[in-house]
Amino acid sequence: MSRIIQWMEIGTIIRSLGCCPSEGELHDLIAEVEEEEPTGYIRYEKFLPVMTQVLLERRYRPIPEDILLRAFEVLDPAKRGFLSKEELIKYMTEEGEPFSQEEMEEMLSAAIDPESNSIHYKDYITMMVIDEN
Amino acid sequence: MGSGTSTQHHFAFQNAEKAFKAAALIQRWYRRYMARLEMRRRCTWSIFQSIEYAGQQDQVKLHDFFSYLMDHFTPSSHNERDFLSRMFTEERLPQDSEMEGCRDYDCIEVPDSYMGPRLSFPLLPDHATALLEAFRLKQQLHARYVLNLLHETRKYLVQLPNINRVSTCYSEEITVCGDLHGQLDDLIFIFYKNGLPSPERAYVFNGDFVDRGKDSLEILMVLFAFMLVYPKEFHLNRGNHEDHMVNLRYGFTKEVMHKYKTHGKKILKVLQDVFCWLPLATLVDEKVLILHGGVSDKTDLELLSKLDRHKIVSAMRCKTRKENEKQAEKGKANQTGSAGKPSPWFLPQSHSLPSSPLRLGSHKAHKDSRSSSVPCSIPPNPQELSRQVRRSVDLELERCRQQAGFPVIKEKKEEPLLFSSEADSEAGELLQPTQEEWRQVVDILWSDPMAQEGCKANTVRGGGCYFGPNVTEQLLQKYNLQFLIRSHECKPEGYEFCHSRKVLTIFSASNYYEVGSNRGAYVKLGPALTPHIVQYQANKATHMLTMRQRISRVEESALRALRGKLFAHSSDLLGEFKKHDKDKTGLITLSDWAAAVESVLHLGLPWRMLRPQLVNSSTDNMLEYKSWLEDLAKEQLSHENIQSSLLETLYRNRSNLETIFRIIDSDHSGFISLDEFRQTWKLFSSHMKIDITDDCICDLARSIDFNKDGHIDINEFLEAFRLVEQSCSEGNASECPQATNANSGYSRPDAH
Repeated sequence: MSRIIQWMEIGTIIRSLGCCPSEGELHDLIAEVEEEEPTGYIRYEKFLPVMTQVLLERRYRPIPEDILLRAFEVLDPAKRGFLSKEELIKYMTEEGEPFSQEEMEEMLSAAIDPESNSIHYKDYITMMVIDEN
Repeated sequence: MGSGTSTQHHFAFQNAEKAFKAAALIQRWYRRYMARLEMRRRCTWSIFQSIEYAGQQDQVKLHDFFSYLMDHFTPSSHNERDFLSRMFTEERLPQDSEMEGCRDYDCIEVPDSYMGPRLSFPLLPDHATALLEAFRLKQQLHARYVLNLLHETRKYLVQLPNINRVSTCYSEEITVCGDLHGQLDDLIFIFYKNGLPSPERAYVFNGDFVDRGKDSLEILMVLFAFMLVYPKEFHLNRGNHEDHMVNLRYGFTKEVMHKYKTHGKKILKVLQDVFCWLPLATLVDEKVLILHGGVSDKTDLELLSKLDRHKIVSAMRCKTRKENEKQAEKGKANQTGSAGKPSPWFLPQSHSLPSSPLRLGSHKAHKDSRSSSVPCSIPPNPQELSRQVRRSVDLELERCRQQAGFPVIKEKKEEPLLFSSEADSEAGELLQPTQEEWRQVVDILWSDPMAQEGCKANTVRGGGCYFGPNVTEQLLQKYNLQFLIRSHECKPEGYEFCHSRKVLTIFSASNYYEVGSNRGAYVKLGPALTPHIVQYQANKATHMLTMRQRISRVEESALRALRGKLFAHSSDLLGEFKKHDKDKTGLITLSDWAAAVESVLHLGLPWRMLRPQLVNSSTDNMLEYKSWLEDLAKEQLSHENIQSSLLETLYRNRSNLETIFRIIDSDHSGFISLDEFRQTWKLFSSHMKIDITDDCICDLARSIDFNKDGHIDINEFLEAFRLVEQSCSEGNASECPQATNANSGYSRPDAH
């Protein structure tokens, strides 16, 4: 089996190892492990020491549930307990590190309650977290 | 406080910043969640694929075993000889005269009560469409029409070249479809979405029409019908599953015998021939080469065009003894052929990889360009090796003979007896392809692309090779082609480009491993032969599920299959765990667990990642392995008392056992005699290197229904050990033959 992977897979690997980097942090990391002449591939031998360091330093720690909840509450200052579909789309595609259309559609399919056309974020978080464990 | 406006601005700015940060946080978290989901999906995929390929490897090993037996077994009695020859004459190519005999479908009466489709020849387009519609309504075609259609198909196929040449100037579009594997729903979907075949709408179906799915025969009928109706526009390539040996294992043989109890055997016989007449490849506009598996660094299109494709009956090839001897003679002259044969894998040896007779003649080629991962050592004295090997096989078979009650042979025969009759081998020689021809065909039906440069033996499947981007490039340049379309491998999206988009894999069986596991796809070649892919998933239910739900569902299925496999190797696992537990604490580390499991199962899976799903209880990173194995058994058997290696062996080798039985049952009646049953068992246990006493087998047999004049129904036998389970779970442990024989009826050589 080859010990090279394409650079776009690095995100998947790093995240499944327990890290939670932002897109910007991810790109920085990729830059560290890429070949000098970017072939689009990343070699395991180069990746391993960098990743080991990341893990030892406990960089990019995952976000605790309560912080996540607070983030949703910031976007919902009226404290309704939910965000409308349009609001969610606006925030996710215009703010922060915007979602691609694919990412947005995927999130909507699981998060939006079709009857109210909104996301009840507290329930959503709970559901996702259970699924992880 | 400052002035109103600047405060407002300040707050506004702060709020905007907070919103920005909040959004970024949510996105970050979400992306991590999706990545983990993707990882689970890939693990699940690996599980399915490695189990599937391990099965294919098993198949190859089984046939290696039979081939080897045929070369070296010295039958001591007339019964033995008959028994084995009956197995191997399955391989014999049906003579043309026999084919003519099959025209007697004319005599088959179709009752008035038959409400299914009726065919008359020559077929018209409406007939083909009506046939498709009838199958959609779950009707079954009468055997007479099946045979008639097959006969006409054969007549037509015989005049086709090995490589079909197709031009886009006749039909405006060409649609290429990949593996269907008996999934009629997908075929129906393709035709309704893309349109039925017509003079303006050409189709190429790239092999693997049968096996695994439940409507393989119906798919063949539809494909053959359209091919007869639109010969210029409708094309079929042979796949590795268009092979009667493979069909024995993967369900097509069973399907036919089940649907056609009276005429099934005849249908299978004709099919065996029809498969051999399927073209090997299709070439579009001299630019796009379409074939089922792939290519190798030795692929020679000229040779492929010229050879007699009808001679390649099966990739699981049993050579006749005479042929082997001829090769040995040639070997003395120019150092090729069986002279340098490495010792077969099922005899004790130092390296672990199987050296398959599939690659027999090619280790000379190893020196040239192909770096093979199958090690082979060429001994200095070929006679000596051959004698050594024969001696160990003789010893092994001696034991079997003794157990089977045959007379013991006093002197070891030095020269092997001629196995096949003289007349047979004469005719046989004419009908055998050369080693080179056979390898060329196996390469294009079995190979897979890989990312690295080079070309090496495909040990995962046991046939063909892995070919790198340079091999593709070399071939495309040599024959002035644009790109390659192949199938053979299931892909999550139904298609995949590789080798800088010079190779396209197209796979048309959606939900192949499990509902929701993958999409199917087909490709349309537009003007200038640019590919346009269309994807689908032929199950409405999956559209309703979110990705998360789909993945969970498929994952559950894969894990169930994996737990089944783990259980089937319980004894070996226990042995391996004990090696890691020298102090006999009953505990091992989770790392050791992962290493042990891989060394037993050889599936190449990321065990550490899968561990949370497979091991529920572990404290301080240590696992109590005995209770873990017991939990596994409980799941699989759903009762507590059975601790039976025999059961485990049967479970593990179900497919092999079934395949062997179907080979023995050469008339496909579904029954074998008690004597054949015992002899099969002896062969089987020598193949699996297990001692099983006659008593144990008889006890097992007692639980099977024997009222049919001393015949065993294969299906009953295979269900038998589930019967045993049932009776035990009802609390009648004493009735259970397994329980009484649990540790006394047999011995495992390496039991702890």
